[in-house]
Amino acid sequence: MNTIWILLVSVSAIFSIVNGRLEEFTKSIFDAAKTSVEISLFLLGIIALWLGITKIIEESGLIHRLSKSFKPFILRLFKNIPEDHPSITSITLNFLANVFGLGNAATPLGIKAMQDLQTLNKDSETITFEMMLFIVINTASIQFIPFTVIGILSDFGSKNPTAIVLPIILATVLSAIFAVANLYLFRFTLNRFTVNRKFLK
Amino acid sequence: MFIFFVVLYGFYKKVRVYDSFISGAKDGINIVLRIFPYLLAIFVAVKSFQASGAFDFVKDVFSGIFLILNIPIEVVSISIIKPLSGSASLAVFADIVKSAGPDSLASRISAVIMGSAETTFYILAVYLGAVGIKKTKYLVPVCIISDILGIIIAIIIVKLIF
Repeated sequence: MNTIWILLVSVSAIFSIVNGRLEEFTKSIFDAAKTSVEISLFLLGIIALWLGITKIIEESGLIHRLSKSFKPFILRLFKNIPEDHPSITSITLNFLANVFGLGNAATPLGIKAMQDLQTLNKDSETITFEMMLFIVINTASIQFIPFTVIGILSDFGSKNPTAIVLPIILATVLSAIFAVANLYLFRFTLNRFTVNRKFLK
Repeated sequence: MFIFFVVLYGFYKKVRVYDSFISGAKDGINIVLRIFPYLLAIFVAVKSFQASGAFDFVKDVFSGIFLILNIPIEVVSISIIKPLSGSASLAVFADIVKSAGPDSLASRISAVIMGSAETTFYILAVYLGAVGIKKTKYLVPVCIISDILGIIIAIIIVKLIF
């Protein structure tokens, strides 16, 4: 993240000088400050709401019912999670929210899942493989009913706005599979590389 | 509907629904305070990238490639903006649909990208910020490569289906 951030900001700074857009550049930074506060306020509302709801789900025992059916699947994906860990439920809820296009709920539930996964982490500053897998699946965004997209298409007079649903499902599933494969490939290659280096020593 | 069901179920199970809702919601405040600096950082980077003209430059570079491959140029802007910003990509998408027509190839590819890609950098900042992870190993390259693959997949699927 460090590299990406430095890269984005310094490239922007250089471009703004070359293009003579220094004023816009400065303005955009203050604009960003404003947007981040607005987004945070918006997030505050929905995160608090969804964490409140999940608390009820937890305390009413509904959580066990929900996670039971998804448990085998989650445990197969995330190998280092103990069988009765709360992260199973938060991951399940986050996936469900993503699949049903409840974008607002997905972020708070994802944060909850990250915190639950963090309790399993021995070194709190370094990411675990489970966390990486979780984030990769989230950034690939498995979404089955893209309401917003269909809404915009039909607003502008598409003859058949729902025709887009099938390609989206195909693309979203395929890209999620590729993303996860990609992650495993990275782990595999890097592990091999470090083993080889040790071997050479 | 789901929320209503949860509350009813909690009531049925004799949970102090109101109190547990409040205690859960309280945690939300801390989380938002913790992720705020990360959000600010990501927005500064993304907004300045757009404002400085660097975004337009990247767009121009990719436009050439897309032109050769016979892919509508509009797809370039949506591909670059989608991983960076959700609201901006929505605006770009609406603009493409408006100018190219809702049933055009450009709109369809953009729609699939909208539906199958995520605001990667936002998710990275928020999720990592919430738990204070600093060392991310190979997560960021994996996400970027997957995003690029996702866009290629979207283009291929639309070209095959329509």
